[in-house]
Amino acid sequence: MEVWTAAAIGIVVACGVYLMLAREIVRVILGSLLIGYGINLALFMSGGIKAGGPPIIRGEEVAPMTDPVPQALILTAIVIGLGVFALMLALGYRTYEETSSDDLEELTG
Amino acid sequence: MSNLVVAPIVIPLVAGAFLLFSPGRLAWQRWVSAFSIVSGLAVDLALMRLVWTGGIQPFYAGNLPAPFGITFVADLVSVAFATVSTLAAFAVLLFAMQTLEEEVQARYFYAGFQFLLVGVNGAFFTGDIFNLFVFFEVMLLASYLLMALGAGRLQLRETLKYVLINSVASSFFLLGVAGLYRAYGTLNMADLMMRASAAPSGGWLAAVAVIFLVVFGTKAAIVPLHFWLPASYFAAATPVVAFFGGILSKVGIYAILRTFTTLFVEEPTFTHDTLMLPIALLTMVVGILGAIAQTDFKKILSYHIVSQIGYMLFGIALGTPLAVAGTIIFVAHQMVVKTALFLCAGATEKVAGSTELEKTSGLLVSHGTFTALFFVAALALVGVPPLSGFFGKLTLIRAGLEAGRFLSVAVAVVVGLGTLFSMIKIFRLSFWGEVKGERRLSEASPAFRRLLLPIGMLVAGSIAIGLGAEQVFSYAWAAAEQLLDRQGYISAVIPGLAMAVKP
Repeated sequence: MEVWTAAAIGIVVACGVYLMLAREIVRVILGSLLIGYGINLALFMSGGIKAGGPPIIRGEEVAPMTDPVPQALILTAIVIGLGVFALMLALGYRTYEETSSDDLEELTG
Repeated sequence: MSNLVVAPIVIPLVAGAFLLFSPGRLAWQRWVSAFSIVSGLAVDLALMRLVWTGGIQPFYAGNLPAPFGITFVADLVSVAFATVSTLAAFAVLLFAMQTLEEEVQARYFYAGFQFLLVGVNGAFFTGDIFNLFVFFEVMLLASYLLMALGAGRLQLRETLKYVLINSVASSFFLLGVAGLYRAYGTLNMADLMMRASAAPSGGWLAAVAVIFLVVFGTKAAIVPLHFWLPASYFAAATPVVAFFGGILSKVGIYAILRTFTTLFVEEPTFTHDTLMLPIALLTMVVGILGAIAQTDFKKILSYHIVSQIGYMLFGIALGTPLAVAGTIIFVAHQMVVKTALFLCAGATEKVAGSTELEKTSGLLVSHGTFTALFFVAALALVGVPPLSGFFGKLTLIRAGLEAGRFLSVAVAVVVGLGTLFSMIKIFRLSFWGEVKGERRLSEASPAFRRLLLPIGMLVAGSIAIGLGAEQVFSYAWAAAEQLLDRQGYISAVIPGLAMAVKP
């Protein structure tokens, strides 16, 4: 299972890198978003895949449970990523207003 | 546990939140920001006193003991950096009030500036790696905002580049966090140190260390990750750049200093000797060559940042207490002097309408006091005694000689000459010679005198560091010993769990 998830992370990040190499601003921004998502998935896997219930202790007995920390971490990372993504889109839109083009080449010089 | 530890983070956070809701009310915004920074400075000084007398001060959010809750830690290094950067922030704030267009100021400049301070102070005081990431993001988001203010075409391009590079670096940061959590199941720095020294990781920790070096190196602009810095810093408004160049790049260095002296020390022959030392020398040389080639005040200073990051990295790569003490002095000195020099560039821009060296010549004739201030700051940057730069470099070079790194020391000395050369170039072209170009403000005008105040403040700070070198050195030495004493850090942060740690 972990091997497949690792492969999935690799594919998502590769797609992100491919998009980032494009000339269109929107693609570049989406590329950085995909890289971020791939890495979030890697962070999610850092606790390992374990079978078990939710990490809540009821009463005295302690049943096997999943590690809650990576989930909390990626939750934070996703929220921050969303903020940065929104800001990048706004920047991209301002650039479009300025140059009336989605092409990064227009900005050179 | 003292609540004072989080005050430098909470004060600008509250002030920034207030300022978000008062766009357009300029006087109110100025007073709130100035009040926030001055009270932050007072808190920093009180905290410094507390740490000096009472040792490392941990703070546990919600009273959850480390390593379970969110931990903040104030030690001598973090509190010194926080104090100096708050002082520099005050000077930048005073300068920005005079120079930025009213329209930009009235919007979100002051709020962004406060959030920038939240991120900077948070990065200094945090006690776990994940919160370091969070505070880096706070700092970066605020810096994106400040960089894009008053967007022109050039600025939009550079901001977009800056945002993209940093967002990729942040993704790598998370990858490093994942690597640490996978190996040790904790992200608290003290807990990590304890677990990392208890069991060898067989190369895993060194691999994670390289990821972190790339991440922090991108923020601090070490070669070959420096390419974005000179162009980005050229595009943004000068007061903003003064803070970025003076403080922001040093936060990256602080993160390297903190992690590579305490956590990533498992295989120092690889991470420090093979990797970091050559990078440090390369950073010095590439930075200074860039500075020599430029003909613009701001660009020369931007390349100097890169070169001086090399010196700091050199100290961290050596890793001896003397070298770490030298790095601490050097970082504090750079925070003050680099900010002062960028403010000089800003004042030149305000007076002559340009920062291109050829277009502003003759400032010595028309603006004598200003030239004198620039001259002192430039000498301090080069490292002429008795100014601040001399003692930082002296300590680093002595540490290099003691460690037997003669070739590296030779490179550092030659690069120092290059710094002198490029500062002379600024002085010769921009200040000496016939008066050329326009003069928008005369030396005697009150508007110009108000510009000199923040610059004078920082130059006085540099002179004070130089004259009080004895005290500064003994502080830095104590800070370095405290930083390198992992056992002391662990038992201060996790008193219940303190176990034997390999020295």
